[in-house]
Amino acid sequence: MVAGMSAREKLGLAAIAVSLIALPFVLAMAGTAWVRITNFAVLFVLLSLGLNIVVGFAGLLDLGYVAFFAVGAYVYALLASPHFGLHLPFWVILPIGAAVAGIAGAVLGAPTLRLRGDYLAIVTLGFGEIVRIFMNNLSNPINVTNGPKGINLIDPFRLGDFSFSANSGALSGPIKYYYFLLIVLLAVIVINRRLQDSRIGRAWVAIREDEIAAKAAGINTRNIKLLAFAMGASFGGIAGGMFAAIQGFVSPESFILNESIMILAMVVLGGMGNIWGVIAGAVLLSFMPELLRYTVEPAQKALFGKMLVDPEVLRMLIFGLALVLTMRFRPAGLWPETRHKRELDADRK
Amino acid sequence: MTGVLLEARNIGKKFGGVQALQDVSLTIRRGEIYGLIGPNGAGKTTLFNVFTGLYPRDGGEVLFAGKALSLESPHTVAAAGIARTFQNIRLFGNMTARENVMVGRHVRTRAGVFGAILRTRAERAEEAAIRRRADELLHYVGIADRADDLARNLSYGDQRRLEIARALATDPQLLALDEPAAGMNATETVGLRQLIEGLRKDGLTVLLIEHDVKLVMGLCDRVAVLEYGEKIAEDVPDVVRSNPKVIEAYLGTSAG
Repeated sequence: MVAGMSAREKLGLAAIAVSLIALPFVLAMAGTAWVRITNFAVLFVLLSLGLNIVVGFAGLLDLGYVAFFAVGAYVYALLASPHFGLHLPFWVILPIGAAVAGIAGAVLGAPTLRLRGDYLAIVTLGFGEIVRIFMNNLSNPINVTNGPKGINLIDPFRLGDFSFSANSGALSGPIKYYYFLLIVLLAVIVINRRLQDSRIGRAWVAIREDEIAAKAAGINTRNIKLLAFAMGASFGGIAGGMFAAIQGFVSPESFILNESIMILAMVVLGGMGNIWGVIAGAVLLSFMPELLRYTVEPAQKALFGKMLVDPEVLRMLIFGLALVLTMRFRPAGLWPETRHKRELDADRK
Repeated sequence: MTGVLLEARNIGKKFGGVQALQDVSLTIRRGEIYGLIGPNGAGKTTLFNVFTGLYPRDGGEVLFAGKALSLESPHTVAAAGIARTFQNIRLFGNMTARENVMVGRHVRTRAGVFGAILRTRAERAEEAAIRRRADELLHYVGIADRADDLARNLSYGDQRRLEIARALATDPQLLALDEPAAGMNATETVGLRQLIEGLRKDGLTVLLIEHDVKLVMGLCDRVAVLEYGEKIAEDVPDVVRSNPKVIEAYLGTSAG
């Protein structure tokens, strides 16, 4: 990717890299909470990129995507906690979580192959709920998920003696996870871009654009759709594993429908199909509520001298308004996909 | 290059109570342009959709290149060597012209997810070959200069050409064109005619559904006429033209 860039682009890339590396230390000055918020933002970016494969590339509306996040989180929780007494290392569990979530994605995809649009959305919504309810009730007769109480004391990532949760000098736990997440994010972005510009990626977009024409052009739409579900889900599974390790605790409550809708909103708001747009959407939607949380109260005090509206209410109000305005003025998303002039085209000549 | 390429036997198709096709049999020879005409609603497009696996048939069988053709799904038909275009153009509007053609190579290439992620040597070579072939085909149909434009931004005539290029990308033995001249102006039709003649010269077999009788009669080696789902004639254009049944059914009694 770096080859063929102008000096200016290289400089820009270097600037972005340096600021991403320096970011957690700057944020840590405002409080470690901000590093944690950033980590969750990156997790949401990963989830949005996974969902983007299904919704953005292949055009399959999925309202139950959080189920795969849940699958990944529970796989990690079960294999690295005192619950079963298993303590596998993270680099073993994350691939397992990705694979299990991928299989779950294909299992969900199989019965929905003939559905499109609204109908597909309803079935996937149901699937998301089924997974959550399973997690909630799979404590009897054999206690697998520990029910609504969730699973506690989940192992953090550990490499030998290096634990990601403990502070080591200037590197606090969240900062270590931040760098790990950044590396995973980079890998996921590269994978996404490569997929987008491959035979499989073209087949996904072709199905999105016109399924009948895609079939007639020789694409086995059944397999290619299942592949989209499985690939998207496996990214969700990886994000779920990291979520479980960072939190140290998982319970079904974290995987409600709202989360699916939030991830979908990130994809749609940012610009379906465009990786950079999706990233922007995810970053914006994860940070905005937090920013508002910290600004709404002081702003009111400064303006009116007292609290007029409950900060929580106002926060959601502004958030909703921002979404409505975006959809009104930029219906294709903040940064829509333009397949017209893509940088990669120049790469491939 | 003589011999039978496609032989359909007793094809039947019902939509509810309507018998859209009844015992239609026809034979397409290698290297010819075979025309299929008939009044509106005669079953031309239905037959087409049965041939290309889009509709399940209710009876009959199709032999293609000497083998029974599985009509289970459109992609197996494409893999067997039949490519098609659509009456109402169906392109991938938000992909570039080149990408549209590249999609057509899907069925003849094999790179999977892991090849794409790792960008293996084989994947890169295949990808380059796909791209090269796509550019060749765009050049062949005469829209090489529009390669980087989105398909939906092409002119109507160019979209028709692009659809043909995408169909050709699947390396077909039989190219099935569903009313390719529909909505074209006179100049565009002449260009299309030259393109189809070129395809025949290059050894391709073409199945052509067309309303433009002049185009069909001038272009086709043999013509079949459908009416109410039945074949009423099949012969060289001159014979078909003077067939009284055809004149009555299709051209109207006063045209004779």
